[in-house]
Amino acid sequence: MRRIRVPVVPSSEITPRAVWEGRRRFLRAAAGGAAAALLPVAWGEAAVTRPGRLDPIAGLQETDYGKDLKPTDYADFTTYNNFVELGVGKEAPARNAHLLRTRPWTIRVEGECEAPGAIGIDDVLTQFPQEERIYRLRCVETWAAVVPWVGVPLSAVLARFKPTSKAKFVELESISDPDRLPGQRRPTLPWPYVEGLRIDEAMHPLTLLATGCYGEVLPGQNGAPLRLVVPWKYGFKSAKSIVRIRFVEQMPKTTWAQLQPDEYGFYANVNPKVDHPRWSQGRERPIGDGLFARRRPTLMFNGYAAEVADLYRGMDLSRDF
Amino acid sequence: MIPAAARWQPSRAARAAVILLACVPFALVAYDAMNDGLGANPVEAVLHRTGDWALRLLLATLAVSPLRRWTGWPWLHHLRRPLGLLAFGYAMLHALTYVVLDRGLVWEDIVADVLERPYVTAGFTALVLMVPLAVTSTRAAMRRLGPRWQQLHRLVYVVAVLAVLHFLWSSKLDRPEPVVYAGVLAVLLLVRLPAVLRGRRLVAQGP
Repeated sequence: MRRIRVPVVPSSEITPRAVWEGRRRFLRAAAGGAAAALLPVAWGEAAVTRPGRLDPIAGLQETDYGKDLKPTDYADFTTYNNFVELGVGKEAPARNAHLLRTRPWTIRVEGECEAPGAIGIDDVLTQFPQEERIYRLRCVETWAAVVPWVGVPLSAVLARFKPTSKAKFVELESISDPDRLPGQRRPTLPWPYVEGLRIDEAMHPLTLLATGCYGEVLPGQNGAPLRLVVPWKYGFKSAKSIVRIRFVEQMPKTTWAQLQPDEYGFYANVNPKVDHPRWSQGRERPIGDGLFARRRPTLMFNGYAAEVADLYRGMDLSRDF
Repeated sequence: MIPAAARWQPSRAARAAVILLACVPFALVAYDAMNDGLGANPVEAVLHRTGDWALRLLLATLAVSPLRRWTGWPWLHHLRRPLGLLAFGYAMLHALTYVVLDRGLVWEDIVADVLERPYVTAGFTALVLMVPLAVTSTRAAMRRLGPRWQQLHRLVYVVAVLAVLHFLWSSKLDRPEPVVYAGVLAVLLLVRLPAVLRGRRLVAQGP
């Protein structure tokens, strides 16, 4: 049972950013070189706790991504979800997750590529190394989490289909199954859900096609069996339960950007300086932190600026939000 | 002869029941807070639950007069003040949750929200307008203000419209609830229309 903590965190107790960053740099330097293999141990960071709820992912390889981040509790991350296909509200997706059939499952890959075809969930699980990467997640609604994903770089999967030079964008389509999924029997959103990335975003090494989280296969409410994870963008960009990928020349018409173009852009990069028209994006609330936790400042590109800022060089991010 | 206080009066029994019932949501929030029952985002849960009940009780307050006319039960009239005050109580809890727990007393953020975010502006204005109504809800204030009391208390319609707008504007498109509340408010306003058109006051005469 989580205890309610009294909200006293005097500012004198908050480690200044420069200090902890310096500490991390020092630790990284100290643990560098031949000792790099010992990094997780040197960090004093326990491996990601396996909840023991679903099938473990075989041959999982730990990586250094986000080793300094403390993952959100599995129970919190799997009971507080936006997945309208499974119902409106944060609790409905977990309640209705059993309705999602994840086998058989294939993603059709088509459009501007030399080798269109399909790839099944079991192909993804067995033919690619399964990497564990701990990423920050930031929802456009201002809540945040830290998730130990398991998956493969999307670029590795896409490369198989040999995109041509006309493939400027990638369009991702989520499941369409109104017979089984209660949320799709209502026109809350136009179905199916469509998301998209510029080709360089899709091919970026941070972009994952996730097969699991917390060392196990994805729960239905989190987008089983295959979902996108783009950690520097608001969560709605990371399409769940993907069934189709198309290489296209024109910018895809994505669901939220079509529905409310003033509020949700195609890029949807996490940006504390560009507010949502109806709320500030300056601070975020980590889920699972209790009733008396403070919001914390949101980081540019969700903390991945060093890796991705170059993708947007020369762009006006307040216009192309 | 039975003393007056002990005599069963529907108005007293109903008022006691309404007050007790209206405190149940607060008790449940408190219970859940102490038992880790508020989910992954407890601040949002408290914010939503107190806001929902403020709006429900506000609409219930507006439903009293039409219901009284429709049923012919004059004692319903006695529910109006406790319902209105309870709505104000939940609205205060809602606002306190926002200011203290959600925004962590970061006043520059709060002021910016009130000034720049239409849904916060609407909610804030609704709460501010409820204050004079709560303060003048006593019998003494009613007597003192005379006919102006009723004029002042027509502000409740402005409060209700602002509260519904606050909910509508704060929600994403994928939620049906705000539309339902807007519909209920529309019905409660429409049933008053004939009386307004006839230039009559709906609740002028007491029992």
